[in-house]
Amino acid sequence: MPDSKQAVPRSSISRRFSYFELRAEIPTRLYLLAGISLPLLIFIAWWLLTSQGWISPIFLPSPTAVWNELLRQVSDGILWEDMRASIYRITVGWLLSTVFAVPIGILMGNFRFFEGLFEPLIDLVRYMPAVAFVPLTILWLGVGDNQKFAILFIGTFFQEVLMIMDNVKTVPYGMIQVSYIFGLSKWKVLTRVVLPASLPGIWDTFRLTLGWAWTYLVVAELVAANIGLGYRIMRAQRFLQTESIILGILVIGLLGLVTDYLFKVTHRFLFPWVERSLNGR
Amino acid sequence: MADKLVAENVGKTFVQRGRLVTAIADLNLRVAENEFVSLIGPSGCGKSTFLVIAAGLDFPTEGRVLFNGEEINGPSIERGMVFQSYTLFPWLSVYENIRFALQNRNLPREQQDELVIDYIRRVGLEGFEKAYPAHLSGGMRQRVAIARALVYRPQMLMMDEPFGALDAQTRLLMQELLLRVWEIERTTVLFVTHDVEEAILLSDRVYVMTSRPGTIKSEIEIDLPRPRSPETENSLRFVELRHQILELIRIEAQRSFTLVDK
Repeated sequence: MPDSKQAVPRSSISRRFSYFELRAEIPTRLYLLAGISLPLLIFIAWWLLTSQGWISPIFLPSPTAVWNELLRQVSDGILWEDMRASIYRITVGWLLSTVFAVPIGILMGNFRFFEGLFEPLIDLVRYMPAVAFVPLTILWLGVGDNQKFAILFIGTFFQEVLMIMDNVKTVPYGMIQVSYIFGLSKWKVLTRVVLPASLPGIWDTFRLTLGWAWTYLVVAELVAANIGLGYRIMRAQRFLQTESIILGILVIGLLGLVTDYLFKVTHRFLFPWVERSLNGR
Repeated sequence: MADKLVAENVGKTFVQRGRLVTAIADLNLRVAENEFVSLIGPSGCGKSTFLVIAAGLDFPTEGRVLFNGEEINGPSIERGMVFQSYTLFPWLSVYENIRFALQNRNLPREQQDELVIDYIRRVGLEGFEKAYPAHLSGGMRQRVAIARALVYRPQMLMMDEPFGALDAQTRLLMQELLLRVWEIERTTVLFVTHDVEEAILLSDRVYVMTSRPGTIKSEIEIDLPRPRSPETENSLRFVELRHQILELIRIEAQRSFTLVDK
């Protein structure tokens, strides 16, 4: 007779509480602690690697060197000028993209005709690398800020418009049917029902696309710039000033984080009616 | 009683993945004024398709649907509708959702408020006026949807499996609530469901539909006295009617089942 005391496979949801159950909630303090500890760990590793001289400062400068570079740029006023120029370019480039993406995305999401009209073209262009447009945009728009706006626009618009189309399509058709029964005209259904219903999604698209705009900043300031955070990085590359590169990357990262956070906070404030599920449970 | 809604040889054919599909064919029915009529049949028999046509949100490819003797040529506020899925406006509170349809009427604000408060009371949502739909249970959301459809006193109400997504207990409570509200208002109702007991409890008449292409198979008068209550379901006549209708549906369901298998 075979062994009758065969092990019964244990259910993976056990009575003992664990923080590592699928989608289990964990204490907020632990969540925050985890989020802080990883960057901190990386920072300590960075500090150790450089202070012990295990890595040449040309490859990786020490945190102190980056800090000193920050102090230098602050006292020289370079950092503020760079930030002002870059924030201005990001804002205008992204706004330009948004001004076109919102109405076109709304049209595409509601009318199959406009979806058919725009989607093939947009799908084609959105896979084209924005960097490749740099020489063309210089040729067409010169070396001023307009060229920077154009690169940011190319990098952002074609993704943004498709995302807004999807945001609009999430509005249930039944909601539109009910609005018709209530006697709303086509235009009113669009402005008073479809638009408010898709606004939280669109707001999230704003948050994501503005984040992407930051990643295109260096591309925009690649050539023919003499100010800006991206320009500073490209210039530092030429002189192998790694501490300036790292500072620039960190500043862009932080500014991106701040804008992301602003959109998240305003989302909660503007749309208190949105259902917020906990981990999809 | 005058006929409120009349369907004459209604057919609906549409193209689905390049193939012609006949959802309903040669469908005839009528709903008299102040009558509660249910349309019952196996899933996919086209009962919802017909309801959408009767609401004016779609058009038949054959025959015609008359409302007050006139052919329907678009949606109208006089034919309100309650869907199975939640169609409340999520950015509006319970109060604002119910008031939404009233805003298009030339009604003084005080009167609007009075009506909204009255209907919130009727569906038992006092204290939830300021809540957003996202913070309500499924049953409460459908109560808001019913109040929103009734508040402007449409001549007729179309209900497309309004309790289909609710759990069994909530469903019973909602049927009771609708019964109570309806027996006071007596709005003309066309109610689509696949729940036989629900149809018998609520209706004056029940139409049983065949499976695709959907058409009326039989018509059953529900001669149970009103006012009704959940107790009605224990009466001998109720059991008889249920047996009769279930038998009709069983045959239909079997037929469509074998059709699908082939």
